[in-house]
Amino acid sequence: MSGSLWLIPILPVIGFLINGLLGSRMPKKAVSFIACGVVAVAFVLSGLAVIELAGMPAGQRYMENRLATWVPPVDAGGGAKGLAVDWLFTLDPLSAVMILIVTGVGLLIHIYSVGYMWEEPGYWRYFTYLNLFMAMMLTLVLGGSFAVMFVGWEGVGLCSYLLIGYFYWKPDCADAGRKAFITNRIGDLAFVIGTLTLFSYFGTLEFRPILHAVTTGQGPQWVLTVVALCLFGGACGKSAQIPLYVWLPDAMAGPTPVSALIHAATMVTAGVYMVCRLAPLYLAAPAALTVMACVGAATALFAATIGLAQDDIKKVLAYSTVSQLGYMFLAAGVGAFSGAIFHLTTHAFFKALLFLGSGAVIHALHHEQDMMKMGGLRKQLPTTYKVFLCGWVAIAGVPLTSGFFSKDEILWKAFQWSPVIWAVGAITAVLTAFYMTRLMGLTFWGKSRMDHHTEQHVHEVGPAMKWPLVILAGLALVGGFLSVPASLWHMPFTLEAWLEPVFNPATYAALGGTTGGAMGGDAAELAGHAEEAGSAAEYGLMLLMSLLAVLTMWFGFNLYDKTPEKAAAFKKRFAGVYNVLKNKYWVDEIYDALVIQNFYRLSRAAHWFDVSVVDGAVHLVRNLTVGFSYLSVFWDTWVVDGLVNLAGRTVRAGSGGLRKLQTGLLQSYASAMVFGLFVLICFYMYVS
Amino acid sequence: MIPTSHILVFSLALFTIGLIGVLTRRNAIIVMMGIELMLNSANINFIAFSQKLGDLAGQVFSIFTIVVAAGEVAVGLAIIISLYRNKDSINVDDMNIMKG
Amino acid sequence: MVFYVLASLAVVSAVMVITRRSAVHAALFLVLTFFCVAGIYVILSAEFLAAVQVLVYAGGIMVLFLFVIMLVPLEARQLRPPVRHVAGSLLLAGLLAASLISFFAAAKGPETGDGIQPLASGGGNIETVGLLLYQRYMLPFEIASVLLLVAMIGAVVLARKKV
Repeated sequence: MSGSLWLIPILPVIGFLINGLLGSRMPKKAVSFIACGVVAVAFVLSGLAVIELAGMPAGQRYMENRLATWVPPVDAGGGAKGLAVDWLFTLDPLSAVMILIVTGVGLLIHIYSVGYMWEEPGYWRYFTYLNLFMAMMLTLVLGGSFAVMFVGWEGVGLCSYLLIGYFYWKPDCADAGRKAFITNRIGDLAFVIGTLTLFSYFGTLEFRPILHAVTTGQGPQWVLTVVALCLFGGACGKSAQIPLYVWLPDAMAGPTPVSALIHAATMVTAGVYMVCRLAPLYLAAPAALTVMACVGAATALFAATIGLAQDDIKKVLAYSTVSQLGYMFLAAGVGAFSGAIFHLTTHAFFKALLFLGSGAVIHALHHEQDMMKMGGLRKQLPTTYKVFLCGWVAIAGVPLTSGFFSKDEILWKAFQWSPVIWAVGAITAVLTAFYMTRLMGLTFWGKSRMDHHTEQHVHEVGPAMKWPLVILAGLALVGGFLSVPASLWHMPFTLEAWLEPVFNPATYAALGGTTGGAMGGDAAELAGHAEEAGSAAEYGLMLLMSLLAVLTMWFGFNLYDKTPEKAAAFKKRFAGVYNVLKNKYWVDEIYDALVIQNFYRLSRAAHWFDVSVVDGAVHLVRNLTVGFSYLSVFWDTWVVDGLVNLAGRTVRAGSGGLRKLQTGLLQSYASAMVFGLFVLICFYMYVS
Repeated sequence: MIPTSHILVFSLALFTIGLIGVLTRRNAIIVMMGIELMLNSANINFIAFSQKLGDLAGQVFSIFTIVVAAGEVAVGLAIIISLYRNKDSINVDDMNIMKG
Repeated sequence: MVFYVLASLAVVSAVMVITRRSAVHAALFLVLTFFCVAGIYVILSAEFLAAVQVLVYAGGIMVLFLFVIMLVPLEARQLRPPVRHVAGSLLLAGLLAASLISFFAAAKGPETGDGIQPLASGGGNIETVGLLLYQRYMLPFEIASVLLLVAMIGAVVLARKKV
């Protein structure tokens, strides 16, 4: 299997090529079959690869597939190593988790899209982009070096741009696509700077040699910190963290399954994945970790508050996503990398479910996204309501659901690191429970606020949309059992133990040596530590969070289902705060005033500089040139041309005689031939 | 047994007559007939030497000459027809667009 | 004796070919020349060549000439004299002929008798010619057939209505 890892990303490429080149001429059924088929095969292959990986001894779970040379090694001279890049695909426990999420959730969303996009124009175009996205995302997570990862990194950015702007004839969508693309560019610049700095210090772009160098203490501390911060900047762009989060809420202009796949489950988690992939690097740069924890916590809280006051169902979910991504960075920042990946996994389940569910609602209401025009859908959309309930309890953190376990793991680690961070996380969790309850209340509970026409045409989803929802609902409920805290219940498999070798610096430090036999022991030792850590504080926090979540949900349910007028009065009373939240703290406006307008000003200044200074200099040079050229013309006309003309006239006079020979008449040429023959014969006779 | 020199003289006569035709006549068709005469005189030389030296290769070469001549006539006459269509004349001295 | 009769006839009719004003007459004299040359081939023990000469020249090529002459009815409109630069051309041709005769006279070829057998007259070498054509000269033979094909296509393309 390790020789055929490349098959996993190449399969969606095949689908992309077929649908992209021939899709416009194929029936919709064939397009959907190919698009879903290649993803399904990729999912099966991923499963086989992961099973093979699991069969290896813990600590040595690693496969690599060096496919071809991309940039051949160049001798930079002086013994320095030049840039050499291979198409290297690797599979370790971390990328194993990622490919299963990407292909699994991706497959469900592909199937859902068949139902959701059936009536939309450019059906084949949608699936072409979606397959390309899958290929790029798999390249990103399987890439064994920064270069290959960067291909995927930029590729998913491109697909995100294409899919946000899918309805390109609507200016909003096109603008949102551009915004996402440009905002990501800022992050990507930081990413490239970080990557190249690493290269200049370590002479390679591949993860394992770099991590080996880092863990064995090569490279100065400040370089590691700068690199870690730069790479985190890239992650901020891709994963929508402060200050680069603004693109993600706008990205909701794309089709809803795209929001589920790209802007909730997979692409936006690429930043988290990247940070976790480089866990030893970050552990060696604690300053960067602190920055990451603070940014993550700030984003989590900030986005959650905005989410409280949004009326657009997808905007609520978008800010919720930003907030949850902040949670993941918070986790990574406090050193709980496996918690980050665990939350990434459960988030992929319940957020994809919530987005797809909101898609079902939007679909049912003929593209109505304003929650103020919904309400009471519980009876009309029973299936959607039920799956939404599952997503709601999971994200709010009701005990035993997936969100409960993952948040708990993060919060416990955060508490050990700093109670302030823990407090921010806890407040965010409460806010999350509240805005999700508000979303449920406005959408499904209470009385209908739909207009009559829409209400008549509400319809439940078809089977292609229903089954992915049901499967995701199941995963959202039980997904948490992937990693039950050891203090609660000793499970044979936990995600934490599975991922531990990837994050353990000892794994990489031993790489240069003979074998990695020692790592298994280390892993067991660390697992043992985790077990010991179970304490009264942990149980207390767990209980506290469960209580808070349930109470918030109960409060919200009463408020929005039973007494919606109270909610309205509440809103009026805190109109000031409400407006700030509703307008998202005017961040977009502030960015516009601070960055975009100044950028325009700078452009105008540059234009002025161009017109007056640069052009002035150019004109001066021009005038000088013109003056000089008059002299040159004089010389040219009388001396150079004189000589040339003399030569020309001579040739012309000579050729005038010669051209008379060229009569164009057949028989004069024949005569010349005969004469030539005569001369030849005479010559032969004379010679012999 | 006819002396080879007599045959050569005969072929030379045919060749010269063909040559004069080619050089003097204005009518392109007759110019081509002159060319045919010259080719025939060449064939006669081949045959004469083939007979004298007892080597049949000369006859084979004559056959190739005839083949080439047939092709040449076909293409040449086609050119004459197309010239006639375009210039309404088959006089060789009317065709002087290559004049320098 | 027959050779000299045929040769004189051929030369006379060749002269007629290039001197007749009418192209049809010229073509008919050309046929006569070809027949005479075919007869000379027989005398020179090249019976196969004689047959080919009659078939290809007197049959094929002459028919082509006559077709073209009929397609190009210019006789009546011929205003200029049919010949040009007669004196100069004669002088040139004479010079060439004289130089060739002196060249041949000076040349020394292999004589019969020292190992070289002239062909026996009276036929019987057609089979040998055929064997030569299909064995030793196989490749030139095939190339010649391709040449004919090319010439045929070229002629068709050139003589089409719209060029």
